[in-house]
Amino acid sequence: MPMLEIKNLHVEIEGKKILNGLDLTVNKGQVHAIMGPNGSGKSTLAYVLAGKEEYEVTEGEIWLDGENLLEMEADERAAKGVFLAFQYPMEIPGVATMTFLRTAINAQRKRRGEPELTTPQFMKAVREAADKLGISQEMLRRGLNVGFSGGEKKRNEILQMALLEPRLCVLDETDSGLDIDALKVVADGVNRLRSPDRAMVVITHYQRLLNYIVPDVVHVMSHGRVVRSGGKELALELEANGYAQYREEAA
Amino acid sequence: MADLAVIRSPAEETILTRYPAFKARQNHWGGPAVARLRDAAFDVLKANGLPTRRVEEWKYTDLRSFMRDLPEPFDAHTPELVEAAKAAAPSLAVADAVPFLFVNGRDFSTVKEEGFSWDRLEQGKAQAPSVEAALQRARPYADNAAVALNSAFMSDTTIVRILAGTKLERPLHLVFRELGTAPFATFPRVLVVVEEGASVTLLESHDGPDGVAYQTNTLVEIEVGDGASVEHVRFNGAGDAALSLSTLGVRLGRETRFATLAVATGAAVSRHQVFATFAGEGTQAWIGGASLLRRRQHCDNTLVIDHAVPHCQSRELFKSVLDDESRSVFQGKIIVRPHAQKTDGKMMAQALLLSEAAEADSKPELEIFADDVVCGHGSTAGALDEELLFYLKARGIPHKEAEALMVQAFVGEAVENVQNETTRDAVMDAVAKWLEARA
Repeated sequence: MPMLEIKNLHVEIEGKKILNGLDLTVNKGQVHAIMGPNGSGKSTLAYVLAGKEEYEVTEGEIWLDGENLLEMEADERAAKGVFLAFQYPMEIPGVATMTFLRTAINAQRKRRGEPELTTPQFMKAVREAADKLGISQEMLRRGLNVGFSGGEKKRNEILQMALLEPRLCVLDETDSGLDIDALKVVADGVNRLRSPDRAMVVITHYQRLLNYIVPDVVHVMSHGRVVRSGGKELALELEANGYAQYREEAA
Repeated sequence: MADLAVIRSPAEETILTRYPAFKARQNHWGGPAVARLRDAAFDVLKANGLPTRRVEEWKYTDLRSFMRDLPEPFDAHTPELVEAAKAAAPSLAVADAVPFLFVNGRDFSTVKEEGFSWDRLEQGKAQAPSVEAALQRARPYADNAAVALNSAFMSDTTIVRILAGTKLERPLHLVFRELGTAPFATFPRVLVVVEEGASVTLLESHDGPDGVAYQTNTLVEIEVGDGASVEHVRFNGAGDAALSLSTLGVRLGRETRFATLAVATGAAVSRHQVFATFAGEGTQAWIGGASLLRRRQHCDNTLVIDHAVPHCQSRELFKSVLDDESRSVFQGKIIVRPHAQKTDGKMMAQALLLSEAAEADSKPELEIFADDVVCGHGSTAGALDEELLFYLKARGIPHKEAEALMVQAFVGEAVENVQNETTRDAVMDAVAKWLEARA
């Protein structure tokens, strides 16, 4: 059953066309990888799914569980289960990670008509999830992502993902800037969240991440649309041959 | 050449005509010292009038046009009024603090003196030598228009003395409560002498009715003895039509630790002045502010930090959050005297503009006459970062809540310097309240 359906999506930013009739269907329980050369529109797709306002959708549809995502603000989409793991997570001095997590969880629960978590429930959930990702209590007390290394920021993204329990996880270049050990920690965190009720869209430039997060389907994007789809072996082929073929194909 | 006629504003006229009778009513207290002080202040007002924007220190706050008239100094303190003031909760809610109650400018405190003493100069008792010394000391800011107004029209001076070596656990809270439906003016004055090695958290809150064009002009002076430590937090929750002038005069002895935070959410027009003099070596001072303004509020923070001796450190951090058509003013002057070597001063003023019609003015001034010092200043003004807002919203936090979180974080950088935890929490609660009231 399709969880995410993107049909003929056209997107512009400041008059520049980035997505050009993109189609994508992701079923429940699946992990889809999106690969492609720089500038093919991968990150734009991630931002448009999350609801970033500067991106103007000029044509097309996005449906999540049969609901029209394009009619929702970013915070509403999050409450519906969309989660974007940012390529460059933001630093917010003065907002403790704990405060941020609690505000986010309870805002989502409130919107869904669920009771807010009690302090003990919240603390327990955070402690368990943080332990698995090697995030210390001291880090949680600091300002959000302030003074965190690249790897710590990415782990913090996965921590948020684990606590917010989204339906659709969109990972934007989560592997960028990570060494192999950090990559494994992050990939393990992502794999723990794989479930029959959850779908994932993993955006990456390199095949390396897909050794650890093994996809069900691999798509290649070029010039704002999906130009080829296949199984996980497609990623290996891209690794061997590069993207040159796709740059030319679309040109 | 013909004589030039001096055109006085209604407020200036009122000051001149009201003074003689007011002075006559105050003759029963203070003796020649207070009378001299009063007359000297009146002479300044008479000679200079109220300052306009052509006076550099008042460049952004034209007092002459803001103070259209001077209402009658409040003098009708009925028992009912005092009872009503007692029943009202101050906007800065610090439960364990010792309250001193000022009702429409007059001190009606009933405090149990433990580790400190409390007195009103009007009562005419003999003062401790430390208090006498402080009272007799010349003020570098005596000619400032707001200070002169207070000196001319004060009707008492409250004296609080923290006894040498005493570490007061509970904060002392000067609760200024204004009540009434017709315009009035108040001129309360407080001298706090913190003797050698003592330590205290001193709070001030100012609350009054909305919709009443009352005027308050407070002078709080703190004398910080050698080795003493003082944390001072002032909260301005004045009514939305009020004109609020306030001055904090601080004299810092040797090896002292001093911190003051001025928080403002109230008053139509407010100006808070800090005059701090470093009079002893090895002292560290932190001077901060957080203003949260909306509608057409005007809030001015003006500082003069005088490094008169070597080896001292000063830090200033002022934050303003501006909504609607509000305006914040920051003027910070750091003076480093010729022999005040090894002075370390850093000043920063930051404004967060939530509306396109809001305005922030910032004027730092460094006057450095010594050659071996580290001094710097900075100033920023900007809107909320859209990228950060999106990040918060992408986690399910609604727009308004995301903005609130970022405003709290912005203001929090100044508030987190407050060491007393209950006070810090009370300030952040007041900030949250301001945010909730945002449309």
